[in-house]
Amino acid sequence: MANRITLQITRYHPGHDEKPRLETYEVPLRKEWVVLDALNYIKDYLDGSLSFRWSCRMGVCGSCGMTVNGVPKLTCATFVSDYAPGPVRIEPLKHFPVLRDLVVDTSDFLVKLAKSKPWIIRSVNKSLEEEYLQTPEQLEAYKQFSMCINCMLCYAACPVYGLDPLFSGPAAIALAQRYNMDSRDEGAGKRLDILSHHDGIWACTFVGECTKVCPKNVDPASAIQQYKLTASLEWVKSFVLPRGGQ
Amino acid sequence: MKKRSNEPLLWMLFSAGGVVAALLMPIHLLLFGLAFPLGWLQSPSRDELLILVRHPVARIYLLLLCSLPWFHWAHRFRFTLYDGLQIKHLNELINVFCYGGAVVGTVVAVYFVSQIS
Amino acid sequence: MVSPTEYLPKSYRPRVSTYWWLARWAYLKFILREASCVFVAWTVVLTLIGIRALTRGPADYTEFEKWLRQPIPLALNIISFFFVVFHAVTWFDLAPKAMAVRLRGKRLPSVAIATPNYVVWIAISAAVAWILLRG
Repeated sequence: MANRITLQITRYHPGHDEKPRLETYEVPLRKEWVVLDALNYIKDYLDGSLSFRWSCRMGVCGSCGMTVNGVPKLTCATFVSDYAPGPVRIEPLKHFPVLRDLVVDTSDFLVKLAKSKPWIIRSVNKSLEEEYLQTPEQLEAYKQFSMCINCMLCYAACPVYGLDPLFSGPAAIALAQRYNMDSRDEGAGKRLDILSHHDGIWACTFVGECTKVCPKNVDPASAIQQYKLTASLEWVKSFVLPRGGQ
Repeated sequence: MKKRSNEPLLWMLFSAGGVVAALLMPIHLLLFGLAFPLGWLQSPSRDELLILVRHPVARIYLLLLCSLPWFHWAHRFRFTLYDGLQIKHLNELINVFCYGGAVVGTVVAVYFVSQIS
Repeated sequence: MVSPTEYLPKSYRPRVSTYWWLARWAYLKFILREASCVFVAWTVVLTLIGIRALTRGPADYTEFEKWLRQPIPLALNIISFFFVVFHAVTWFDLAPKAMAVRLRGKRLPSVAIATPNYVVWIAISAAVAWILLRG
C-alpha cells in the first residue's frame, strides 16, 4: 500500500466564491485512519481554513455526515484505505444548502423533525413517583427506529427530498413512527394529522436508498411503508367508524 | 381535527393493482404474448376460451385483471412524472390524466367484459 | 432556511439534474421499477384487445392471433414480459417491508413473508396455465 493519498475536497467561501470548487490535498495513508482523521490532518497541518462539522468521532452524534465519492457517509466511520489508491472526493452532504466548505444548513431537517413531535404525548403524564412499565416485546416494537442519530445521510440519499424540499423526509417520519409504536405514547393521531399529507408520508415512492445509507440500521424505508399501511387502515376506519369509534 | 389526506385511497388502489399485476400478469404474458404466438405450447381454441370466459368467476377475474392494474399504473406513473421529469408543478393536469385515465380504462374493461355472451 | 445576514452570506443550493437517476445504479433500478407500470398498463390493453377480438367473432380472433405473431407486437410483449416479471419480483421483495409481523415478540425477517408470496405466485401461475392448457 502506498503511503500517501490524494483528497479532492469542496471549498466554498460564501461572498467570495460564486460556487464551490474542488481543492486537492495530499495526506498520509494510514490504515487505521478514517476520513475524519484525514480532514483533521489537513486542518492541523495543511490548511487551517477548511471547515467541517464533527464531534464524537465514533458514530453516535450524527455531526460528520458528508458525501464521499458520491455516497453519503459518516466520515468518522469510513476508512480512507477503502478508497486506496484514490483520489477520494469529499463534498458536503447533498440536498442541503452549503454554508461553507463541507458545512451545510440543517435547519430544514430540524424544522421537519419538530413537526413529527418526537416526544411522548400523553393526555395524563405519570407523576415522578410512578413508573411506565414496558415489556421487552413492547420495547422491541420501536427500538430499531429509536437508533436514529439525526445524521441526515438518508436525506442526502433520498431523491424525492432532493427534488421536493417540502417532503418531510425519511428520518422525521421514522422518528414519528418510533413514538407511534411506543406503548407509552398516545399521540399517534396527532402525528397522523401532520404526516398523512402529500408532502408527508405520501410523497415517498419507496426508493429505499435511505435504508441503504443509514449507519445505524434504522430502516426508515420500512418505517414509512408501515406508516402508510397504518394511515390507510385509519382512513378506512374513519369511514366505517366516524368519530374514531367513540 | 385537521382534515387528513385522501391519498390512502389512491395508495390502496395502487397496492391492489400491484398485487393483481404481480400475481397474474407474468403467466398471462408468458402464454398469450410468447408461448402461444411462438408455438411453444398449443393455444386453446376460440371456442374453448369462450367457454372459459363465460363462467361468472372468469368474468370477475378478467374485471379485476383489467381494472385494478390501471390504478397501479396511474399512481406510479404520476410519481414518475413528478420525480423523473420534474414536472410536479403540472400536478393537476397529471392527476387528471393518470386517475382519469384509470377510470376510463376501467369503464372500457367493464364494457368489454359485459360483451362476453 | 437561514436568511442571508451581514455575517452569513447566501448559501449555495445547486439544482437537481433532470438526469439524477443516471448517477447511481440504485436510482436507475428504481426508475426501471417505476417504468414497469407502463408495461403493466400495456398488458391490460393487450388483454382488453384480446377479449374484444374473442367476443367479436372467429375471424377477429384469428386476426388477433396473427397480429401477436408480428415482429413489433411480439417484441413489445417480450419486453413487457421482462418488465412485468421485474415488477412481480420487486413487489414481493418489498411488500413485506410494509408489514411488521411479529411472532413471539420478535419481528419476522422480510424473507419470511416474501417466500410465501413467491409460493402463491407460482401456485396461481400454475393453476392459470393448467386451466388454459388442459384443452
